[in-house]
Amino acid sequence: MQLIIEPGRTEKNYWKDLWRYRELFYILAWRDVKVRYKQTVIGVLWSVIRPLLTMIVFTIVFRNIAQLPTEGAAPYALLVYAAMLPWQFFSTALTESSNSLVTNSNLISKVYFPRMIVPASAVISSFVDFLISFAILFFLMIYYQYLPPAQIFFLPLMLVFVFFVSFSLGLFLTAVNVKYRDFRYIIPFIVQFGLYVSPVGFSSSLVPGKWKMLYSLNPMVGVIDGFRWCIIGGEFTRDLGMSILFSIAFTIIVLFFGIRYFRRMEKTFADII
Amino acid sequence: MSDTIIKVENVGKQYLIGHNRPKGYTALRDVIAQKAKGVGKTIHQTLRGKQLMEARETEAFWALKDISFDISKGEAVGIIGRNGAGKSTLLKVLSRITEPTRGRITLNGRVASLLEVGTGFHPELTGRENIFLNGAILGMNRAEIKSKFDEIVDFSGVARFLDTPVKRYSSGMYVRLAFSVAAHLEPEILIIDEVLAVGDAEFQKKCLGKMEGVSKSGRTVLFVSHDMVAIRTLCTNCILLDSGNVVVKSDVETVIQTYLQKDTDDNTEVSFHAGIGGRLVKLMAAKITDSQQPANKVFTVNTDLKVSVTVECAQAIRFNVSAFLYKSSGECIFNTISPITDIATGTHAYEFIIPGSFLNDGNYYLSFFLVKDGTEVLFTRDEVLSFEIKDSVRDGFWNGKWAGAVRPSLQWKIN
Repeated sequence: MQLIIEPGRTEKNYWKDLWRYRELFYILAWRDVKVRYKQTVIGVLWSVIRPLLTMIVFTIVFRNIAQLPTEGAAPYALLVYAAMLPWQFFSTALTESSNSLVTNSNLISKVYFPRMIVPASAVISSFVDFLISFAILFFLMIYYQYLPPAQIFFLPLMLVFVFFVSFSLGLFLTAVNVKYRDFRYIIPFIVQFGLYVSPVGFSSSLVPGKWKMLYSLNPMVGVIDGFRWCIIGGEFTRDLGMSILFSIAFTIIVLFFGIRYFRRMEKTFADII
Repeated sequence: MSDTIIKVENVGKQYLIGHNRPKGYTALRDVIAQKAKGVGKTIHQTLRGKQLMEARETEAFWALKDISFDISKGEAVGIIGRNGAGKSTLLKVLSRITEPTRGRITLNGRVASLLEVGTGFHPELTGRENIFLNGAILGMNRAEIKSKFDEIVDFSGVARFLDTPVKRYSSGMYVRLAFSVAAHLEPEILIIDEVLAVGDAEFQKKCLGKMEGVSKSGRTVLFVSHDMVAIRTLCTNCILLDSGNVVVKSDVETVIQTYLQKDTDDNTEVSFHAGIGGRLVKLMAAKITDSQQPANKVFTVNTDLKVSVTVECAQAIRFNVSAFLYKSSGECIFNTISPITDIATGTHAYEFIIPGSFLNDGNYYLSFFLVKDGTEVLFTRDEVLSFEIKDSVRDGFWNGKWAGAVRPSLQWKIN
């Protein structure tokens, strides 16, 4: 086996290398998941309690106090939870991945591997969290004796969708975070802010028609509406199609530029971290 | 020689050093502030009709300057040089952690680099889990780790604690486990950075043995160390780096001799033409020498060192010199004062001996106080002299850094 090191060489063999290091990728993701559940005393329970409590609070605030309408016949709690699931994943994935390179800095300055593995494995460990909180959804359905519509079979597609939305933005923020170390103070703000501008606690049908277009620029609108459509049902409206299309376009663009920016930055990570 | 396994051709690595960046990373707020400042400045200067000039805010620094060398299969090569000579950068480039700025390296075999013991060890995970994690990080695949698992555990001697999180390990156990994983790598090329200076003496011996085994079995080892003893034990050839250049590549003894005799930045002799200090007394000169062989410039832990200070006195006073010896890191090792005596007008030479087998190896500097009547400090000067004490060849078992501020040879009795 011959290996040549010269300027720009890593660039050329990038995807090949990524494949060659798949085992490390698998192990790092496994480590992230394992550590995640070891570190908190209540471990796995945490990924259940967090969305559940948020869901209860949101239901009380938006349904009982603000008296907002639900979609169709679905219980409000279910409406909130269907949105809470992808949102929670999106926000943890963003937070975890953007910090991942900094927390793994000792690894990066001591061993070579394609750096993209690190944020990717952070997103995957958040994904495991996400799958666990899914269990609650089924208990909720049983509790409300709610039969999901046939669209539920599109759910796996939605999982892939939300994964890529989160990964693309996460990757981009990761690179920015290495370069500008104080960017990490901005991320919690983005996440907090995003929670209120995304239709998590309310139905996006409440947004007036003329603002719909603008509102759909938020990539999470398409994701959340997609999830609701799968879990709660309802018609596949033009608005829904549009917002999904928007967020697919958003993902592709951000993924493209995210990868490009990340790869350009990657070469210097070891020098500046 | 036989077939080349590592071929390094004109490799250079450049770092940009930002003068406005005290730390390694940039903060967004600084960038914004600087941009804003820049705009403000531009407007200000344009209004005043000044010519705009671009300030150079970064400076290029070549950590490696077009170095070339070949290493043949089965060679065990030591890389030595002072701090900042480019050793670590070379290892980083060879292990692909950072890309070279120019040049080309051809590696004909699988490379494993050990720049640190226990890279990626996670404190929350158990010993068993960490073996798999660390193995994967070092480039082994699962099947390989599985097949060597028992061997690794045996070698480390922590079998009983395999299912305990490593955060509960003692530091010795931790290092042993970490090293055991690394020792069972089977790459064609092994790159090691000063990892032998860990663990207890017995374990160290075991590691050195293992490393020797690695190089004897026809694999290539690159080994960076400050520890000449370990280099002598392990390596057949040696490369000396100095400020990014390869000074010499030859057999171990030749290179080590070159290294030890090379001029250093040490300031072992100073003289002040007109003297420095106050009206009463002036410091004229100071030097530190080997008290037995004044021509020798290489001080080891066994050298008796003579410190001489010359002062010039403008009038008769009651006077003494006070000398402070500092470690380069800034801790004071000792303060010694000359007898307080009445001295006449004129030049006086003060001397004292720092005996061998007293100071530990390292870099030191000397500061002086000129004192009147035993209490009034007339003049002080920091870092008048600086020098390095090198480690000598030891006849023992221990290869790591000798612990402690001093290294006295004390009388032991066994009853």
